[in-house]
Amino acid sequence: MRIVNHPILSFERGREVEFTFDGKKMKGYEGEPIAAALHDNGVRVLSYSKHLHRPRGFYCAIGNCSSCLMTVNGEPNVRVCTEKLREGMVVETQKGRGDIK
Amino acid sequence: MKKTEIAVIGGGPAGLMAALAAAEMGARVTIMDRNSRLGGQLVKQTHMFFGSEKEYASVRGIDIGKVLSAEVLKNPRIETMLDSTVIGYYPDDGVLGVEVEEKTFVKIKPEKVIVATGASEKFLPFENNDLPGIYGAGAVQTLMNEHGVVPGENVLMVGAGNIGLIVSYQLMQAGVNVKAIIDAAPSIGGYWVHASKVARLGVPIMTSYTVKAAYPNELTGALERAVIWQVDDKWQPIPGTEKVLKVDVICISVGLSPLAEILWQAGCRMKYVPQLGGHVALRDENMETTVPGVYVAGDVAGVEEASSAMIEGRLAGLNAAKSLGYDNGKYDEKRREAMEQLQNLRSGPVGEKIRQGLAQLAL
Repeated sequence: MRIVNHPILSFERGREVEFTFDGKKMKGYEGEPIAAALHDNGVRVLSYSKHLHRPRGFYCAIGNCSSCLMTVNGEPNVRVCTEKLREGMVVETQKGRGDIK
Repeated sequence: MKKTEIAVIGGGPAGLMAALAAAEMGARVTIMDRNSRLGGQLVKQTHMFFGSEKEYASVRGIDIGKVLSAEVLKNPRIETMLDSTVIGYYPDDGVLGVEVEEKTFVKIKPEKVIVATGASEKFLPFENNDLPGIYGAGAVQTLMNEHGVVPGENVLMVGAGNIGLIVSYQLMQAGVNVKAIIDAAPSIGGYWVHASKVARLGVPIMTSYTVKAAYPNELTGALERAVIWQVDDKWQPIPGTEKVLKVDVICISVGLSPLAEILWQAGCRMKYVPQLGGHVALRDENMETTVPGVYVAGDVAGVEEASSAMIEGRLAGLNAAKSLGYDNGKYDEKRREAMEQLQNLRSGPVGEKIRQGLAQLAL
């Protein structure tokens, strides 16, 4: 959910863009982290762990911890907490370590 | 290969002040940050700072970040490299490896290096602590205050230090329900002014409580509820004291640990100091480590807070510039002033832990 009224902050958002998450169309703002847009769309599970296939979300939100790795435009292991959203991005849940094509 | 006089790694409060102080003395500075903007974690600090006027008391962190960033960007002696992650330091020839925009690898040879890389959030062991919905408190602050998205509806805050208390208040400002703040310690670690703010809004602060387990929603796999329980005076959990909280977010606010990889790589002598958050570099009073020409400032030099980070930054910047022969005539005065300010900030009972930690680091 987006914060609309805030007592201190106002948010400068980029233009609205469309992207897909596991084939589903979603909307977000250009330039914000992919994880923020996904979170606003109710997506909490970003990947599944290598060995026990446990669901993973983000943890640090500033690119430190590698908990949020997803496949973006076919490229695996993208830190979506810092990677900026662009028009038409194809974002996919990552299962395991990902393959380089 | 690119050359510079002073490389500052990290554009947060410490790095910004270091760059400004060194440039003021007359040195040429290159400041690098992995983000697309300067300011570090100041960009999410909506609360007003304490300290003296010189450290921007009564100004919101977010505004301090804007002022300092603007000064750095307009200073002709400072070059700013954004989207630039320093990924290696080669001590044999003193070269930094920098990845720019995740595309190009740039080598930089500085005469002096100021490491101001900050810290990362610590974690807490409990059953299912890896569920989506369990976030660092700083992460939630980033999501809310920088990107304008709330983390969920109902939050359990783990940790009643300053970050836990401040982020709880900020969650409520963003319209999120904070069900409880818990801390395993028998007393509240943060300042009373922050604790009373959230207590007045009706949030229970439960000391001597920790997380037992977290459980997911069967359909989504994300967090749905948390079980907390009491601990005794030896930190052992007491069976039978469990309470269940229906929350979709758990914020972990159990401290930070210095991001010291570059210092290890440089070969600085390191020491584990729990009071400062983990492994930190030994250094002299000029903030220079055991590797000549490598300075530290801010949380990487020992987790403290932004006001002291700024002054440490200034001190490191002044000294790095002076060691290159730069002095605009004010070095002695500025250095003495900075050292006095640090002493003031760390005085009294609030600074005791920091003083204990720093006493173990002096060269």
